[in-house]
Amino acid sequence: MKFLHEYRQRPGIERIAREIVRITTRHWTIMEVCGGQTHAIVKYGLQQFLPSQIRLVHGPGCPVCVTPLDIIDQAIAIAARPDVIFCTFGDMLRVPGSEGDLLGVRARGGDVRMVYSPLHALDIARRNPNRKVVFFAVGFETTAPANAMAAFLAHEQGLNNFFLLVSQFLVPPAIAAISSAADTRIDGYLAAGHVCAVTGFESYQQLADTFRVPIVVTGFEPLDILQGILMCVRQLERDKYQVQNQYARAVEPAGNPHAQHMLQQVFEVSSQTWRGVGNIPASGLRLRAAYSVLNAAPLFDEKRSCPDDTRGCISGEIMLGKRTPPDCPHFGESCQPQHPLGAPMVSSEGACAAYYRYRAQVITSDATDRATHEH
Amino acid sequence: MNIDCPLPADIEDTIRLGHGSGGELSQNLFRNYIYPYIKNPWLDQAHDSALLTIKGSQLVFTTDSFVITPLFFPGGDIGELAVYGTVNDLAMSGARPMYLSCSLILEEGLPLNTLKRIMASMGRAAAQTGVHLVTGDTKVVERGKGDGLYINTAGIGVLEHEQEIGPGAIRAGDRILLSGDIGRHGMAVMASREGLSFDTSLHSDCAPLHEPVRDLLAAGIQVHCLRDLTRGGLATALVELANARGVSVEVQESAVPIDESVEGACELLGLDPLYVANEGRFVVFVPEEEEKAALDILRCHSVSAGSQRIGLVTATGRTGVILKNSLGCERLLDLLQGEQLPRIC
Repeated sequence: MKFLHEYRQRPGIERIAREIVRITTRHWTIMEVCGGQTHAIVKYGLQQFLPSQIRLVHGPGCPVCVTPLDIIDQAIAIAARPDVIFCTFGDMLRVPGSEGDLLGVRARGGDVRMVYSPLHALDIARRNPNRKVVFFAVGFETTAPANAMAAFLAHEQGLNNFFLLVSQFLVPPAIAAISSAADTRIDGYLAAGHVCAVTGFESYQQLADTFRVPIVVTGFEPLDILQGILMCVRQLERDKYQVQNQYARAVEPAGNPHAQHMLQQVFEVSSQTWRGVGNIPASGLRLRAAYSVLNAAPLFDEKRSCPDDTRGCISGEIMLGKRTPPDCPHFGESCQPQHPLGAPMVSSEGACAAYYRYRAQVITSDATDRATHEH
Repeated sequence: MNIDCPLPADIEDTIRLGHGSGGELSQNLFRNYIYPYIKNPWLDQAHDSALLTIKGSQLVFTTDSFVITPLFFPGGDIGELAVYGTVNDLAMSGARPMYLSCSLILEEGLPLNTLKRIMASMGRAAAQTGVHLVTGDTKVVERGKGDGLYINTAGIGVLEHEQEIGPGAIRAGDRILLSGDIGRHGMAVMASREGLSFDTSLHSDCAPLHEPVRDLLAAGIQVHCLRDLTRGGLATALVELANARGVSVEVQESAVPIDESVEGACELLGLDPLYVANEGRFVVFVPEEEEKAALDILRCHSVSAGSQRIGLVTATGRTGVILKNSLGCERLLDLLQGEQLPRIC
């Protein structure tokens, strides 16, 4: 398949890996920001192709994982109302709130529907004028334009039964927060290619300059990721800190202006709480005043239960690249996909889910690492 | 010990859709809520059908229910699915399918013309597979209490050979043959149900499998185990068999055929084709020396023309299914965890 198989071939990957080995002289820690990249790294055992000096750590780039607990609880409370049709992307259905998840609400009679697009939720609202249709608008810059489009159309068409429960995140402020932490040890970043396809990457140069870190806009296939690492290591070895674009086949420097325009028309920047990480200024989006009538949160003034998400959940440390899933005492024991203790074990982009699902590779990679190191 | 994340309330206090996925939740349901109350040696056979010996005759008995939405999907409909599904369950025990029952649960408001089309489809499927629909039942439920129509079937077949076919007969060294590309049924139904459109049209693989099985047995091929791939897909079927027999299995990912349209749709939605449902595919476990002859026979049938070896049983005593990918990495396959959920981005 074009743009897929050619990026999964061993010869090309080995060629890039040899070049990384050739140029690496020191220890470097590189964070892949996106959970999709984490899954590819673990699935294909990419660490085994890297020299032992290169350490990959996982970033906060999983929208399911970073959605705060109180928003999940609010979603669950809203979804349980008999007058509501609650629409959500599939990933969110199994995320545990304080008292269960959205699938549990559905099992107990709530009208919870999985949709593939916010426009589908809009269509459900049109066809159910006597019900309130709430769409769970979660995600990064990748989902925000389509969510904005749904809000724009609902507003324009005068639909009075369509609402958004918004939990949108912006990636660059998270990179800034990680880089500015006193104990940070991230030497370089692989930025999420699909986020940059929307936003472009011109604004990333300020981050690179401020924190003196290379940032490489990177795709999601094995060859993409190794190329991104190579570009990052080249800069690190030369003491450079620039923004480079590995994912040129999908990302323009200025991004997608149409998507940005739609996003800016409906949303404005706000502070945002990241589950497990905490509040990051200007790292979220909220509906502008002109669209506030679509905001589901005040309309459904449900009890916000148990916002206390600070009892040492190590998912925060995992998402900040400070620890890896096997460091958690619950990993693979009391915490498994069937009985998740936290969102990173639920989400298809969660680091814990990746390590659990591909644990044979992780073991193989670790063993290879050790063998290489000992050798 | 300090549990760091807030624990969700007991998530298994009610039935969830995932209990019907054929994966881990389904296994929990059987293990904890069903088998303890009806345990017997026939259920212990852990096969798609029960082998019954009645006055010297070896009969195979199975049942299945069909609850698909939409009733008509690209490449098939619920009527032929009900016949083929039950025929396939019998065939996977190495039996010749003979008689079926048909129980219809009809929802108030179902157009009679729809029922007529589905029954005509069942009739054609029965004639095609040589089975007879010999008994049945109808019930009508109130509007809103059924998706138009549910079908339950039971099937009886007869064993006409001496082979033991089932998980218990799997041996180390067995070759695993797959009858064709995977995932088309699940993706075709999902695309149809959700109104998803892709560049290429997806059609279900829904088909009867009794003829290639019949010819394998007629040729005297030693068939150690057969399993049709339904809910939970190829991965779940292999994990179930490995667990049932206590063997380890190795599968080459590059040898598993996946149609480009299925692969593209799965990539887009973040689904793993190894776990996507099929309705016309099966795996065969045969000794190494039978591989070539078995493949020659399978490839003579259109339904299994794409057969190839995808892996082998590596050892007994260690349980697990390892998938080796093109980069030489190994991945441990699990049962499907709940439902496969499309990703956000």
